[in-house]
Formats: sequence, structure tokens, C-alpha cells
Amino acid sequence: MTAATATEPTRLPTMALAERKARRRQRILGIFYLVIAIVMVIGFALPVSGDTNSTFNLNLGVTVITLPELVLPSSATSYLLAAVVAFAGAVQLTRGFGTKWAIILALVAGAFVFAFLVWVAAGQSLNLTGVFQSTLQRSVPIVFGALSGVLCERAGVVNIAIEGMLLSGAFMSAVVASATGSPWLGIGAAILTGAVLAGLLAVLAIRYRVDQIIAGFFINILATGLTAFLSVRVLQPNAAELNTPERLGPIAIPLLSEIPLLGPILFRHNFFVYALFALIIMIHLGLFYTRWGLRVRAVGEHPKAADTVGINVYWVRYSSVVMGGMVAGLGGAYFTIGSTGAFERDMSGGRGYIGLAAMIFGGWNPIGSFFAGLVFGFADALQSRFSILNVGIPSEFLLMVPYIVTIIVVAGLVGRARAPAADGKPYLKE
Amino acid sequence: MTDRPTDAVPLPSRGSLRKLQGLLIPVLAVFSAFVIGGLIIVLTDGELIGLWFTDPLAAIGGSWSAVMDAYGALLRGSIGDPGRIIGALVSLDLNELRGAAGPLSETIVSTTPLIFTGLSVALAFRAGLFNIGAEGQLYFGSLAAIIAGFAITGLPWFIHLPIAVLAGFVGGALWGFIPGILKARTGAHEVIVTIMLNFVAYRFVDWALRTEFVQREGRPDPISKVIQPTAELAPLFDGLRAHWGIAIAIIAAIVISWLLFRSTLGFELRAVGLNPRAARYAGMSISWSIVTSMMIAGGLAGLAGASLMLGGSGTLTPGFSPGYGFDGITVALIGATRPGGVVAAAFLFGALRAGATPMQAATGTPIDIVVVIQALVIMFVAAPALVRAIYRIRVERTLGTEVFAKGWGS
Repeated sequence: MTAATATEPTRLPTMALAERKARRRQRILGIFYLVIAIVMVIGFALPVSGDTNSTFNLNLGVTVITLPELVLPSSATSYLLAAVVAFAGAVQLTRGFGTKWAIILALVAGAFVFAFLVWVAAGQSLNLTGVFQSTLQRSVPIVFGALSGVLCERAGVVNIAIEGMLLSGAFMSAVVASATGSPWLGIGAAILTGAVLAGLLAVLAIRYRVDQIIAGFFINILATGLTAFLSVRVLQPNAAELNTPERLGPIAIPLLSEIPLLGPILFRHNFFVYALFALIIMIHLGLFYTRWGLRVRAVGEHPKAADTVGINVYWVRYSSVVMGGMVAGLGGAYFTIGSTGAFERDMSGGRGYIGLAAMIFGGWNPIGSFFAGLVFGFADALQSRFSILNVGIPSEFLLMVPYIVTIIVVAGLVGRARAPAADGKPYLKE
Repeated sequence: MTDRPTDAVPLPSRGSLRKLQGLLIPVLAVFSAFVIGGLIIVLTDGELIGLWFTDPLAAIGGSWSAVMDAYGALLRGSIGDPGRIIGALVSLDLNELRGAAGPLSETIVSTTPLIFTGLSVALAFRAGLFNIGAEGQLYFGSLAAIIAGFAITGLPWFIHLPIAVLAGFVGGALWGFIPGILKARTGAHEVIVTIMLNFVAYRFVDWALRTEFVQREGRPDPISKVIQPTAELAPLFDGLRAHWGIAIAIIAAIVISWLLFRSTLGFELRAVGLNPRAARYAGMSISWSIVTSMMIAGGLAGLAGASLMLGGSGTLTPGFSPGYGFDGITVALIGATRPGGVVAAAFLFGALRAGATPMQAATGTPIDIVVVIQALVIMFVAAPALVRAIYRIRVERTLGTEVFAKGWGS
């Protein structure tokens, strides 16, 4: 054993393997971009005749300046965007973008979507601002669901029951708001209902150590059955007193809502959207910049270690799940008080599950979940305009896109989405 | 990967007394669920609530009769009216028999797809997977079966029908293959992938029902062409809706039972489900097991779709399945993932479904109470500790933990 030998940095075999895998993924991504560029040319640029224009209306309501319509030559724009994507593909294939690869991916996606919009609007006019405003609106329940999921899963509890909490929140908010005449009391009732259901989930999962996925499904089925049962038994005969809640209308924030383009998109919504913005920021700051958040995340990653340090794992899990339930309950109230008013059975329409998907897509954090939710909202907003516009693709396929994208993300084909390490495992204190 | 799926019910090891104990929890679970369901019926009856304040004794009597009426109607709607059945048997009149057997026939109609989807989810559970995608696989199986049903002509029924049934299996297997291969190759959690694929399947069928190939000529609404008579599953008795699909279902249950417990493939699947690391150490391929089990599970759900199409209306419309795929999850959970248990649980839920509409017609109790009862049964079966706490049962702990929890990462 000679002590004086300078140790050279040894390349472990696993490092070489990881490098090769990364390079392979990089190359596949590069080829993928090139394929996208070809699809853009074939699908969006070629079929459109050279002199067609796409008109984008950028105004909605009153703004400080009325923006002129954006008129783009359909074919040429698509070609240009395709060229940009092809260039990105070439670079990705050869040099790679290093740490910035995710941004480039987002830009490529953006270019593809914009070329798609140009193709959709070829020879017609499309209100872009309207589409974006609608996108935000339609993503509200999904993002509420995703936030709820983030809170629960970061503490290590899988929450499949978001769907049931949304539905129950919708039901209770409609009933209480109608009965008391105050939408705010309705919202309070919804939050409470979400908390109760979450409490039930927490007891089943934490105390009785029931499989969290099964417990979640049970709550969903219970909520579906109970709300439908009560809706027929109690709401229908008393619709006037119990199912006509006052709705909260849009509030235009003075000044901010008159900013051209951004104003109508961001600042002309009702209470729920603003509450959502606030929640996203609060939860993000809370989880990642406070001691409380650190404790929650510790419990979600390694409850044993957290316990050793003195954190009460059970309390953290119970409280996080209940908070998640409250958020989901509030999201449920959006369906009634924030939107159509009366409660209808099954009105949550699977958005709880989509919220879960958005949470995974967004990497288990609030801001990522928000953007992921926007993707779903965008597809939803577009497809509802398809009936008016003349589009070559059946609308059903467009509706499939967010689901397929989620599968692609979950499969790790685009970066590895990593759940908190102790997610789904019940904790047994010894 | 620490805890692996084992039976949610503590397994009795030996002896008929222990076997009875194994049955005790599910039976008590069902009983408790009905009790709570009864409470809900009573508590939401406006007149009864008022009666509690004025005349409590009458209220108790009224509550009891309300619940008994509802459940009685449920029973009569699902199995049949005992008086009527006996009368029919005595008179041996064909029409009478048909009328009396009506409810049982409806139950069989509901039970058939539930056996298939229950087997589908149960098989996947045994291999350590949650097949939430049974509904989507059912949709694909239905589409495949319907297309095989109307597109192929000129074949006699004993060739056409098996082809159509097989098409249903293949359609579902295809839709089960996708989450299987994704989980095997990339570790993508099958719960999310299958839920997403369910939505994709609904949209795909929506689209297919509007294409020229599938849509019925001359109809603007999304409805498929009708299958050829040679692809129909004949009814068991003329005039009743119950069809031979139930025979296929029971055969499938026997086959799957044999597959799981008496074949090498089944052994591998169960080993992977119980302890993947040990299985791999023993030389079994986890990837292959995952893919195979998801494909068979998908195929079974596809058969549910085929039975719905070929034995039922013979035509496909959007939203034709009232959640048979999801009920399959419930059935598998209660059947304790044993094929015999699955058939029994499928029959229970088939009966509940079939009896719900007559119950609503007779007593005005909304059919959704059945969904609530189902949910409660799940809860009690999944949390046997709860049942034991309520009924103060002491069960000797045998092997395995009661937990199958795992999160997204495993």
C-alpha cells in the first residue's frame, strides 16, 4: 500500500453506461425533432396553397390598445417553423443542448403547436386570445386537482380520490349555497367536504394501512353513488331551494385587465381562477421554501429518517392529506358556483384523474402542474372550436392528445418523472 | 419494492373452520354495507324524518318497512318473486316460467361481463398489477367483436361466432399490451397509463362510430352496423335475455383458475406478483410476465365487450357500458382474487345491478344506492381490520401482510 500515489479519477463502469444512455436519448430526441419537422411540412405547410393567409384575432373585450389582426401567410409560416425545428433537431443530434434541453423541447413543442394553429386557421380567422382565455378556464378544475395531488403525494400518500372530492365539493357547494343564499358559504362547505373525505382517506390509508389506491377508488365510488343518490332523492324534488346556487361572475381587475393580449387572458376571470393563482404560489413557496415544506417532503421521501429526527410522520401525513382535500373541495365548487350553477350527476367528468396526470406530467410540483394543466385545457379549448372551424382532423383525435402526451411523459420518454420515494407506502412506526 | 400484493383478506391456512373464517369477512362486509345502505335510505326519506319527531315508534316501524321494501324489491328484481316462481314451476306453463325467470335472467345478463372483467382485474392483481384499464379494453374488445360480427359474411355460426369472440379477445389484449409493455420497458405506472388509455379508447370508439365503415347506413347518429345473425350468442331460453355468454364466462373462470394455480405460466405470474426480486433470482422474466398478464387481462376484458355485443343488442353505441370495467375492479377486490370468488362476487353485483331498476320502479329508491353499497363493500373488504373492530372478531394472523400498497415508483 503506497500512500503517496496520486489517485486518478477512476471511471466507474456505471458512469460510462449512464453517459452512453444519455447520448442515446439525446440522439433519439434529435431524430424525433427532425421527424416533427417533416410532419410539419407534410401536414401543415404543403396542403395549404401558397396564397392562403391565417388570420389571428388578438382582441377580446376592452383593452388599452386594440391590437391589429395578425395575418400570416399560412404556408410560409409553417415552412419557417419547420425549418427552425429541423435546425434544433440537427443541433440536438450532433452537439446536444446540455442542460437547456428541456427549454428547447418546450420551444419545439411551441413551434409545432403554432404551426398547427396556423394550419387550422388557414383561410379563416381564429381568435387566439379567446382560445388562450378558454384554455385557462378549462384547466382550472384540473389544476386544482393536481395541486391537491401534489400536497398529498409530497407527503407520501397517493390520492386517487381527487375525483370524488371534486364531485362532492361541487354537490355540497351547490346545496349549501342554494339553501343559505350565499355562494361563499357554499365554498366553505365544499372545502369542509373535501377535508372530511380526505380525512377518511387518511384514516384508511394511514391507520388501517389499506392500499391507498383501493382506498382512493372506494372514496370515488362512494362519492359518485352518494351524490347521484342524493341528487335524485333530495335535489330533484327541491330544486328551487337546494340546487340553484348563485354563481360568482368574472371580476375584471381594473387596469391589469386592459393590457392588450395578457389582460383578457389572465385578469378577467372569477374568484376561482385568482384563488388558483394564489394557491399555486403559496403551495410552491410553502413546499420548497419553508420548514413546514421541508418536513412534508422529508416524510414523503424517507419517513423513517424523518421520524428519527423527531418529525411526527403520522401528523404530517394526516395534515397534508386533509389540506389536499380542502384544495380539491374548493376545486369542486368551481363546477357549480364558478361555472354552470346547478349540480348535475357526474359533473366532474374524470377531471380528477386528469389532474393526477397533470401532477405527474408537471413533476409533482405546483408550477409544473399548472403548465401541464394548461396543456389539457388547451386541447379542450381547441376541440370545442373545431365544430365551428373547418378542420381536417376529427375532433376526437385532438381530444386524445393530452392523454397520449401524459402516457409519453409517465413512460419517462421525456425526462424521468420521479415520484417522492415513499409515495404510496404506509409508514409503520416501530 | 417492499410490500407486494397478497390477498387483502388474511388467508386461512388449513382446516374448514379457518376456511369459514376466510369467508366470514366478505360476508360480514356485504352485510354491513347493506345495513349502512339501509340507514342512508331511511335518513333521506323526508316523510320518515318528520315522523321521528311526532311519533318515534311509528317511525321505527316505518323505517324498518322502508328498508325491507327497498331490499325486498331489490331481491325480487334480481332473483325473482318466490311465490311467482313456485306457481310457475307447479303450473309448468311456458309463459309463466318465462315471466318468473325474468329477474334471474336479467341478473345473468349483468353477471356475464362482470365475470370477465373481474377475472381480468383479478389476474392482473395476482401478477402485481392494477388493471384499471378494463373499461377501455372492454371498449376495444367490443369494437373488434362488432366489426368481426358485421363485416364477415357467409360463414356458418359455428365458425363465425368463435371468430367474433376471438376478435373481442384480441382487441382487448391489444389494449392491455400497451400498458404492459410500457410498464415492463419503462416502469410507467399502469394505473395512470390505463386510466389515460380508457379515455383514449372512449374517443376512439366515438370516432369509429362516425366512420363510413362502422356507422350504420342512413343513420346520422353514432351507431354501428348490426351484426350478422351467425355471430349472435343465442339466448338460453327463448324470450329471455340471458345468453350463452354466461357459459363462456364460467368456462373462462375455470380456465383462468387452472392457468393461475396449475400451470407453469400461472406460477410465474403469481411469483412475480408476490416477490419480483425472488422471481428474477429464480430465472423468471419479470418483463415477460408483466406483458403476458396484461395481455391476458386485456383479452378477458375484451371478452366482456364481446359478450355484451354478441349476446345483447348486436350493435355498438357510445356509452354502452355502464362501467362494467370499473365494476370488475370491485368484483376482483371482493372475490379475493380467486376465480371462484370472482364468479360469486360477479353474481352478487350482477344481481344488485339487475335488481336496482325494478327496485326504483317499485319503491322510488334511486338506483344509485346500489353504487353506494358497492363502495361500502369495497371499504369493508379492503379494511378487514375495520370489520373485525366492529364485530369484535379475533382472527389468528397467518402469513402475509394485509397490505398491498405501493406508489407510482414500483
